Amino acid sequence: MLKKKELSINMGPQHPATHGVLRLVLELDGETVVKCTPHVGYLHRGTEKLGENRTYPMALPLTDRLDYVSSMSNNIGYCVAVERLLGIEAPARAKYIRTIMAELTRIANHIVWIATHALDIGAMTVFLYSMRDREWILDLYEMVCGARLTVTYPRIGGVRCDIDQEFMDSCYKFIEDFPKRIEEYETLIDQNRIWLQRTVGVGIISAADAINWGLTGPTLRGSGVAYDVRKAAPYDAYDQIDFEVPVGKNCDVYDRYRCRMDEFRQSISIIKQCLDKLPDGLVLASEAPPYDMPIGKPRVMPGHPMGEILPGELVEEKVPFDELYSATEVPKGELGFYFVNDGTARPYRMRIRAPSFVHASVLPKLCEGSLVADVIANIGTIDIVLGECDR
Amino acid sequence: MTPRAIAELIQSKFKPEVAEITEFGDQVSVLVNKTRILEIMSFLRNSSELYFDYLTDLCGVDYQGRKNERFEVVYHLRSILHNHCIRIKAAIPEKDCKIDSVVRIWAGANWHERECFDMYGISFTGHPDFRRILMPDDWEGHPLRKDYPLKSDLGEAEWKGFKEVLETVERNKKYEVR
Repeated sequence: MLKKKELSINMGPQHPATHGVLRLVLELDGETVVKCTPHVGYLHRGTEKLGENRTYPMALPLTDRLDYVSSMSNNIGYCVAVERLLGIEAPARAKYIRTIMAELTRIANHIVWIATHALDIGAMTVFLYSMRDREWILDLYEMVCGARLTVTYPRIGGVRCDIDQEFMDSCYKFIEDFPKRIEEYETLIDQNRIWLQRTVGVGIISAADAINWGLTGPTLRGSGVAYDVRKAAPYDAYDQIDFEVPVGKNCDVYDRYRCRMDEFRQSISIIKQCLDKLPDGLVLASEAPPYDMPIGKPRVMPGHPMGEILPGELVEEKVPFDELYSATEVPKGELGFYFVNDGTARPYRMRIRAPSFVHASVLPKLCEGSLVADVIANIGTIDIVLGECDR
Repeated sequence: MTPRAIAELIQSKFKPEVAEITEFGDQVSVLVNKTRILEIMSFLRNSSELYFDYLTDLCGVDYQGRKNERFEVVYHLRSILHNHCIRIKAAIPEKDCKIDSVVRIWAGANWHERECFDMYGISFTGHPDFRRILMPDDWEGHPLRKDYPLKSDLGEAEWKGFKEVLETVERNKKYEVR
């Protein structure tokens, strides 16, 4: 009698469809995936440890390198968290500018996502069209801060510099023009028979499971759960803006794709409202920490002699520690920062809750039992960037 | 429910387990005893008025030099249904560096717990697939501990795996196509 043996193959770390350096060990029974084991950590740079050894303004550029296709959103997430921790209120104009930037980044991120996702599945034209459109957003970035990829444009307490009329005009033109571009993408793939066969009914995760696994962002909303940090715990100008949270209902790859396409339109509407309502005034709070923020001494309990705390000395004397968890909705999901602060300008603990890390962990759940070709569709649909996953 | 009310509810339900309730801004943390962590977490997950169905985050913190327990495992919980949240902290002493895993309650805790072990060396009993995640499997030490050096103390010394890499390169030379 013939013996049955599973074939185990490596997908990645160097594989064009794994969006970075993700390694999947797949055990196959014919074309069916029996077991899928993701291996991450190839891009681990120790961002949390580095952040704990830098002052708050100095750690800001590190957040660019997390999710490098939407660096602006990471910066904003970090700035919002530190502002809440240090009790700084950004001026209204800065909040609106940051909201515009966050939504431009959402569009840029989803453009990269649709480009690579479609390319993985086999629709190459979308890639070329969408890269053309992303260029415009990168030009807008360049206009405000001179950088295109790792921007570090927001600052703790506001933004680095004000936007000018040229930016406003170009931005208005962009939001007028972009809906036509979305229609172009949809013409290419929305009703395409191959696209439908590769996405409809693939990678199904129920709403209860999706919440249980900790999924966020469009990956969760594709399963019909309308959880969005912008609505649940608003930050910046989102509480003054009217927008909807698109949700899917079939919990599959196609519905998550539809969710992101609808988010394009919502983002455009948010940008338009922000540009129309943009208030005048300063863009940086007066109490914003300078770049060379003095480190200061740890807070001490009354009666404790002030001075440098030596290693081995009881840290307990310098409590209480402030603790704060702050979440923002980045294009991929919920980006959270958890700070423990001891009164100095350096976080005692900086924790980054990266959506990509959580999303990558759900891959075995999505892939096991499906065909090996669907693994590619599943990697694309959860929208991961390994720089953020490995931190 | 407000975070304060949730904390008081936990305290009334698990009186001897709750060590401390602290507040910062509008966020409340509850420091609990690690022995009954599974019971507390199941209550938070399943009780209909709390219903914390979403484990936002799980991480460790190292308070080196503190008189009582050195580590803390921090759980950030959120209820999508009721839109409220709470932070639970469990103190872990250095000598008994382990805690029960909550993967059975929230599947999403899986990788967070592995990362917490990787970075702090805290073991999670009952975890289905317990190994390092971000660092290589043969890594020594736990990088986010406060006594872990930021820079290498080896000075100019080579990475110990370097020799092995050179040997592999040498060995594979015969397969090179010229």
